[in-house]
Amino acid sequence: MCDTCGCSADGGAVLRKPGLSDYHVHVTGSSGHGEHHHHEAGHDHEHHHHHEKKSRTIALEQDVLQKNNLLAQRNRGYFEARNIFALNFLSSPGSGKTSLLEKIIPALQQHIPVAVIEGDQQTTNDADRIHALGVPVIQINTGSGCHLDALMVHTAVKELELQDNSLLCIENVGNLVCPAMFDLGEALKVVIISVTEGDDKPLKYPTMFHEADICILNKIDLLPYVDFDAMKCRENALRVNHTLEWFEVSAKTGEGLPVLQEWIANKLKQH
Amino acid sequence: MHEMSIALSIVEAVEAKAREEGAASISGIDLVIGKLAGIEAESLKFCFSAAAKGTLAEEALLQVEEPEGMGECGECGRMFPVSFYYAECPDCRSLRVKIVSGEEFLIQSITIEE
Repeated sequence: MCDTCGCSADGGAVLRKPGLSDYHVHVTGSSGHGEHHHHEAGHDHEHHHHHEKKSRTIALEQDVLQKNNLLAQRNRGYFEARNIFALNFLSSPGSGKTSLLEKIIPALQQHIPVAVIEGDQQTTNDADRIHALGVPVIQINTGSGCHLDALMVHTAVKELELQDNSLLCIENVGNLVCPAMFDLGEALKVVIISVTEGDDKPLKYPTMFHEADICILNKIDLLPYVDFDAMKCRENALRVNHTLEWFEVSAKTGEGLPVLQEWIANKLKQH
Repeated sequence: MHEMSIALSIVEAVEAKAREEGAASISGIDLVIGKLAGIEAESLKFCFSAAAKGTLAEEALLQVEEPEGMGECGECGRMFPVSFYYAECPDCRSLRVKIVSGEEFLIQSITIEE
């Protein structure tokens, strides 16, 4: 049950905004058995009135993720029509997604308006940090959910007042597995790993690195203190995905950020 | 645990189809989950029973076909089976391998009781 309005939102995602404690919007229709389609007429099969039990096999050949993929394409169409460049940031918890956004957004804002969607199971902590930059932000709390889906982003986008010709950063739930499967309608997927995690991460979680367009190695200021081989990590990442763009940065010291910012700024121009 | 939300979307899709066909219940669901689809079939089956509770698919038996992945070498064009994304061409050792199948994730068919 939703603790704000008392409605039944069993595991459903909720949108929140920093500084507005009363604001919350439920994302509806993402799961459950709510949609029942009763088609009374127009079918070519006959309705027999003698009730003998009969089995029948019906071919579907339907993609399981079809609903998500269709909504993602709808988001993508919306972004394209308004010339909004959407980036989906993915990583395990604690690799520095929010810190990185805090650092690059002020620089990118000089080129283009920026808005942010934050995904976490609970709290508006990350949205509060982004809000402090003076950037429009909305928090999606997924509750028990382990990833953002296209419907959550669709709902969040309606609540965020996005400008035409802008950049939308979507920070996914910290998880290196599940979010890889769910297209949100983004232009590019950005995966972040940090040097405290282990250089074999790309081999251990290949789906994420295979799906990503860009990989950012963060916390390189800690390289002297940890057993992490940046070269080997890059090699592992490129084995999984040989078209991956690779960046090495420290969100803390700012090392490597100008190269990344320039790359994003160039992409924005081409977009 | 994305298997749970996936189980829910399968139930939603098969229920919609079954109602359209005027079914009383669904007795079987045939799925195709490629080895590279990123879905654990066992975990999905486990979630499915919870997801299907109280629906037309409650009694449905899940049949899962898991086709192997196939890769195509970007250098020499050879096709070969792959079980990981970081496959290497057995002929020319190239890592430029394009995954051509094994990522499919489909509801192939359902069996309904009328």
